[in-house]
Amino acid sequence: MVAFNLPTNSRVTQGRTFKAPAGAKRIREFKIYRWSPDDGKPPRTDTYEVDLDACGPMVLDALIKIKNEVDPTLTFRRSCREGICGSCAMNIDGGNTLACLKPIEEVKGAVKINPLPHMPVVKDLVPDLSQVYAQYRSIKPWMQADTPAPPDGERRQSKEERARLDGMWECILCFCCSTACPSYWWNGDRYLGPAVLLAAYRWIADSRDEATGQRLDELEDPFKLYRCHTIMNCTDTCPKGLNPAKAIGAIKQMIIDRQV
Amino acid sequence: MKDVREALMVARNTDGKLVRRPLSPHVQIYRWPISMALSILHRVTGVALGVGTLLLTWWLVAAATSDAAFATAQWFIGSALGLLLLFGWSFALFFHLYSGVRHLIWDAGVGFDSPTYNVTGWAVVIATGVSTVLVWVIGLAVW
Repeated sequence: MVAFNLPTNSRVTQGRTFKAPAGAKRIREFKIYRWSPDDGKPPRTDTYEVDLDACGPMVLDALIKIKNEVDPTLTFRRSCREGICGSCAMNIDGGNTLACLKPIEEVKGAVKINPLPHMPVVKDLVPDLSQVYAQYRSIKPWMQADTPAPPDGERRQSKEERARLDGMWECILCFCCSTACPSYWWNGDRYLGPAVLLAAYRWIADSRDEATGQRLDELEDPFKLYRCHTIMNCTDTCPKGLNPAKAIGAIKQMIIDRQV
Repeated sequence: MKDVREALMVARNTDGKLVRRPLSPHVQIYRWPISMALSILHRVTGVALGVGTLLLTWWLVAAATSDAAFATAQWFIGSALGLLLLFGWSFALFFHLYSGVRHLIWDAGVGFDSPTYNVTGWAVVIATGVSTVLVWVIGLAVW
């Protein structure tokens, strides 16, 4: 349900400040959300001053620098550092994106970093993604076909059929979009959210998949699909430049089309 | 109905003790894109139109009832508060109309791409402003 205020235990308090080393010239503040399950304290914002002359260009570079050189307790997910693993998804400067793809120079003033919005926090910038993963599993993200594959090889697609999957197969499941969606914030218990619906449409649009009817039946639900009100935050925030809102629109259209 | 996400708000800390996890900040920290603002405004103006239509109904019913009742309704709508409500109602009407057309176009499967949805968003804002001002200029000139 809609709740604009955070629960009492989730309100963010003022944290510590870590000064930049003496002599640093190009100093930028990083205000980072911190919470640990072990100290019994509410979340806080710690401020780290980083010398940009001694730091890589991306926000992830600054996070790694802070963890390596200033505060090893700072916790975040990261892996590939080139926008393909989706691990370092977080809210930077008010928008969800991948820390490894976000240049520090794009942010004016202090760089505010929070975990993906409206999620249970495991620690610091690490959200619990169990719910989105369970929802992803629920749409059966694999090919379903009763027809056996041709004995001489793979199931063929025309170039046009293959092109229909462009803009969907590139999704890396970072969940920037789902956690940017106000509908998902309020109704994420039953609304599937943009990332999962984009994945659902990826299989609906696949010419080799034979479960289109069942997939649409599963989605035809006031909550699972129709909590999308075209707010467009998903498309606006996707770090891969994909368009979940368009995919959701296409699903809605297919459901209408088969009724007439 | 209980929110299933509630189960994820509880975890064990390093000592194995149950702790309650915080919910990460959302609307408090999110930077509003234009579409997000227009989306909530569409809903707000929808509600406002519902309430405003009651006022319109009162005016029509008063006209059908008696001269005195109609005079009262006329007096209220012509008062400063009445004019303010009427201004808000006309703004809500135009915004909801143009924003509704934008939704209709989306429902036809068009206009999802960037920057189109931002352009149509600003078009709704400009069209609403121009229409509202125009109606009031004409309205006050005739009045």
